[in-house]
Amino acid sequence: MASGEIFGIIGLSGAGKSTLVRCINMLERPQSGKIIVDGVDITALSGRELRLARRQIGMIFQHFNLLSSRTAFGNVAFPLEIMGMPRREIKSRVTELLRLVGLEDRASAYPAQLSGGQKQRVGIARALASNPKVLLSDEATSALDPTTTHSILRLLKDINRSLGLTIMLITHEMGVIKEICDRVAVIHNGRIVEVGTVLDIFSHPRSSTAKAFTRDILNLDIPDALWKNNKGLNGKLLRISFIGESAARPVISSVVKKFQVDANILYGKLDYVQDTPFGTLIVAISGDAPHVEGAIEHMTSLGLRVEMLEAPPAAGENGKAAEKCGVGEAG
Amino acid sequence: MRGARDVGMLTPQLLYLLRQATMETLWMVGLSTLIAVPCGLPLGVLLVCTEPGGILENRIIYPVLSGIVNVGRSIPFIILMVAIIPFTRLLVGTSIGTTAAVVPLAVAAIPFVARIVESSLKEIGHGVIEAAQAMGATPWQIICKVLIPEALPALVLGTTITTINLVGYSAMAGAIGGGGLGDLAIRYGYQRFRTDVMLMTVAELVLMVQGIQMLGDWLARKLDHK
Repeated sequence: MASGEIFGIIGLSGAGKSTLVRCINMLERPQSGKIIVDGVDITALSGRELRLARRQIGMIFQHFNLLSSRTAFGNVAFPLEIMGMPRREIKSRVTELLRLVGLEDRASAYPAQLSGGQKQRVGIARALASNPKVLLSDEATSALDPTTTHSILRLLKDINRSLGLTIMLITHEMGVIKEICDRVAVIHNGRIVEVGTVLDIFSHPRSSTAKAFTRDILNLDIPDALWKNNKGLNGKLLRISFIGESAARPVISSVVKKFQVDANILYGKLDYVQDTPFGTLIVAISGDAPHVEGAIEHMTSLGLRVEMLEAPPAAGENGKAAEKCGVGEAG
Repeated sequence: MRGARDVGMLTPQLLYLLRQATMETLWMVGLSTLIAVPCGLPLGVLLVCTEPGGILENRIIYPVLSGIVNVGRSIPFIILMVAIIPFTRLLVGTSIGTTAAVVPLAVAAIPFVARIVESSLKEIGHGVIEAAQAMGATPWQIICKVLIPEALPALVLGTTITTINLVGYSAMAGAIGGGGLGDLAIRYGYQRFRTDVMLMTVAELVLMVQGIQMLGDWLARKLDHK
């Protein structure tokens, strides 16, 4: 992990992502191997040294883990009390942190009086209190609704930018990765099967886990209705995927003009991953065979990924059939 | 028919006896609670911390301590009271009387308190303890700043149960001249067939238990922010 980045770890339940993050602050002790945080092998530390090292690592949790007997203020003050900070300093530091997370007016509320999002904001303020170098987030948004998730992710991104804090984020939601991560590791059965920038994983997923996750978010399955409604359709069905700059160019219309073919957009999905447009279109292209070939070659040369699709034998039986259908790559 | 005529007559003597017995019961119960809770609390904390998976897991301390607590809880109170007479004499100089009865009451309540504390602390979510560990808290800080404050309402309710149990136990203290309401009920109400005295003492005990429970509930509610 590089300093200052937001690094995501995604995997299915039980894949070992929580174990991984819990090993980083030694809540679980790895059986073998080393864990280097800021140049220090924390598996070699004992007792006191480990406790001091843990102050460099903030952590937020899925279920917030706030002390119900303390107010928001008291919860944020907790790590500072542990460090032995004098009361006066605690007061100003806590006030500053609560302002950072936008909860300065809820300082005296108990966790039971706060909403899920507010609780997680207290959790974030608490994790930041000791000025950590790394923030570990263990499914921090998994218990929150989509709107709250979004606002918490925004807050994490703001903190990452303004404080230069490195964030390691564990999740099973690809949407979370897509929204704020710079790089991502895909974990399966306790092994990291794939690491790359978020854009890489989205555009060229290699492992089956990564493919499953990106399909979830981009919905690359072709709807059954599409096959049913286009039985009599002439021409070739193409799946065209584009990333970044190529999405900005008027590819389809230029192909139509250049090659005397007709293009019919049947289905599509466009999205942004880290400010980069990314998408897939299902297009039916009809025309003379050489022209169609030429059009496909032209699109490939522009950096698009073009796959030729054939209707499944038993069209529309279920989603899986469509997914498994012959995909001939022409690029 | 002498007994029947006396029923319901609150003679000054009877009122004096009742007041005296109430004071004795309050003294025995109050003092033994005040001793048993501070002694049982650290034992309960030690049980929770040293149990398998606890923050100070210890394969020797936990089973030994747990065994001692179980032994303490299995001895019938009336036997315990007699068995520790030498110890009582050592502490208060005598083995007879109200203050002497406090010693076996407290001794019997300590293992009870330890278990109550243990179960109260176990109710705290593991995540909260983990969060404190992740922030670099020492075991001592976890005990003082997490375990006890988080379990405080449960601990107050546990103390209420202990106190009420002690009201019941204190009735047996009459066997060593401890006095109190239970003793009054047995000697006057039961052995002398004074139904009026019996009813008055029982009513007094009901009021006392009610009062303790209400006080405990009120305090626990006040401390609970969940």
